[in-house]
Amino acid sequence: MAADPAGAHGMTEPASLDCHRDADGVVQVRFAGDWRLADPLPAADPVLAELRSTPAPRGVAFETGSLGRWDTALLTRLVAICSAADAAGVPVADAGLPPGARRLLHLAFAVKEREGARRADRQRSVAEQVGEATLGLWAALVELVAFLGVAARAFGRMARGRATYQRSDLLVAMQEAGAESLPIVSLICFLIGMIFAFVGVRQLEPFGAGIYVADLVAVAMVREMAPIMTAIIMAGRTGAAYAAGLGTMKVNEEIDALSSMGVDPVEFLVLPRLVALIVMLPLLSLYGSLLGILGGTVVSLAMMDVGLLQYLTETGDSMELSSLLGGLFKAFVYGSLVAIAGCQQGMACGSSAMAVGQATTRAVVMGIVLIIVSAAILTVIYITLDI
Amino acid sequence: MRGTDHIVVSHLTMAYGDFVIQRDLDFTVRRGEVFVVMGGSGCGKTTLLKHMVGLKAPAAGDVLYDGGSFWQATDEEREQAKRRFGILFQGGALWSSMTLAENVALPLRLFTGLGEGEIRAVTGYKLALVGLAGFDDYYPSELSGGMRKRAGLARAMALDPEILYFDEPSSGLDPLSARLLDELILELRDSLGTTIVVVSHELASIFAIADRALYLDTDAKTQLGLGNPKELRDQSPDPRVRAFLTRGESAGVAA
Repeated sequence: MAADPAGAHGMTEPASLDCHRDADGVVQVRFAGDWRLADPLPAADPVLAELRSTPAPRGVAFETGSLGRWDTALLTRLVAICSAADAAGVPVADAGLPPGARRLLHLAFAVKEREGARRADRQRSVAEQVGEATLGLWAALVELVAFLGVAARAFGRMARGRATYQRSDLLVAMQEAGAESLPIVSLICFLIGMIFAFVGVRQLEPFGAGIYVADLVAVAMVREMAPIMTAIIMAGRTGAAYAAGLGTMKVNEEIDALSSMGVDPVEFLVLPRLVALIVMLPLLSLYGSLLGILGGTVVSLAMMDVGLLQYLTETGDSMELSSLLGGLFKAFVYGSLVAIAGCQQGMACGSSAMAVGQATTRAVVMGIVLIIVSAAILTVIYITLDI
Repeated sequence: MRGTDHIVVSHLTMAYGDFVIQRDLDFTVRRGEVFVVMGGSGCGKTTLLKHMVGLKAPAAGDVLYDGGSFWQATDEEREQAKRRFGILFQGGALWSSMTLAENVALPLRLFTGLGEGEIRAVTGYKLALVGLAGFDDYYPSELSGGMRKRAGLARAMALDPEILYFDEPSSGLDPLSARLLDELILELRDSLGTTIVVVSHELASIFAIADRALYLDTDAKTQLGLGNPKELRDQSPDPRVRAFLTRGESAGVAA
């Protein structure tokens, strides 16, 4: 953009900068040509060198008689020269500058740099980085345990009917975590049931044991697959939504607003979400088991010579109450872990848009890791207890 | 060139779905003037700004830059046109994953061929201009709201735009910073010939900076006054315009 609009269509004069010390010891800086960011510009180094030389100059003055159009480019050089002159204690006479540039320069120096604002770039050693990461890991663990404590206290208050939350929030959270998850849970569990039946038919039918595909699908779905698949779906769907939602509320200071009204944000925001997911995940898992068995039935009937009644009877015979309760308990544990991971990461979110994304990522990763680790532990316990 | 028509808003109707915010807005912003869009909260000032900068398409009408249609143009032409203006959003709208210097430098990196040293010099100068010298390496979340806003202005000015849009520039600033900002706005107009469009309802600031002002009314859903704010205050035929510019103290009577 041209400061001299009259010349806007003229030829571009190359920018030039030269300086010399006059008889009074004043550095005369001469700007000429067009000084615009789009054009190549000479550096201010000769002037800066002159300012540092001894004996120190007695002043800096500018001459801009043949200066053409100019923009920020000119100002960056002027700022560099004035800062250097300031540092060297050399007075600057800005009378030679165009009035606009003079005023902009004045504005740039109107607010003094705040003491201690500037930060030094610091290289950190590997040991330092490893140490910081380790301390960070420990701090995250402490935070998680503290969050568990706060959540447990909120549950206690809820049990005594003293927690501050809105029933409508709880119902909405249940709808979002429950009913709205049905399509994806249906799809995934149905397909998982089909896959298990495919594998089972291939392996068992050659031995004439094809009918046991019913047992395989039913037991696998109810005890293991439905809880774990549903939990992973919910970690990506609802756990992530919890972290992103709470994190954004944190960024918008909505959580501070609740605290300042004397409302415990954990009771008001976290509790309904935790309860919703902990209640809904076992129900979804039960539903997913049924869909998985349905998927297995479809494949088995299509690939083998068995009757529907025969297959369903075998399925029913394979079901024990302990499998059912064991599966539901797993779903309950996974639901708790996913909800806690999502809410804890959301509440611990930093105060920027990026932080919300990081909190969401951590919530999903943490949720899935917790699901798989607890699945392994629970399976060992079940086997030991012969459930 | 100063004083010629720069932006023409022609029979613009703005709506969210069926809900009309403002209809039949018709005005011209001249090159090198400070033009204020004023009106009560919720009258559609910010929405008008969004229409002028290409964030929201009009329900009817058009915006013209230097006589060329903005909304009839192809997407590519519109992207080109957008580089000619800078926008200061209400909350600063800084990118939170970048430092202030990186925020200001991004448009320079994307749209100019400047080297790193040159870019650092420009970002340092722009930050100094808004009173943030030395804060180059801070992240937006480490700053106060007013500082974020000023950093947003530094970013808006990064490419020395022909047109600067300000959305509520002085809200959230202390009186001294607000006044420095007003001075900066006038300085940009005088020194660089920048055309400046300001959305505001701060009377002190409107009277201090506006060459001309446009009054939008919430209930009438259209513009009721256009002209120098002091003249509008004293001579507008519409009592609603006079009431706004005198904080309702002269309702019905010209002060």
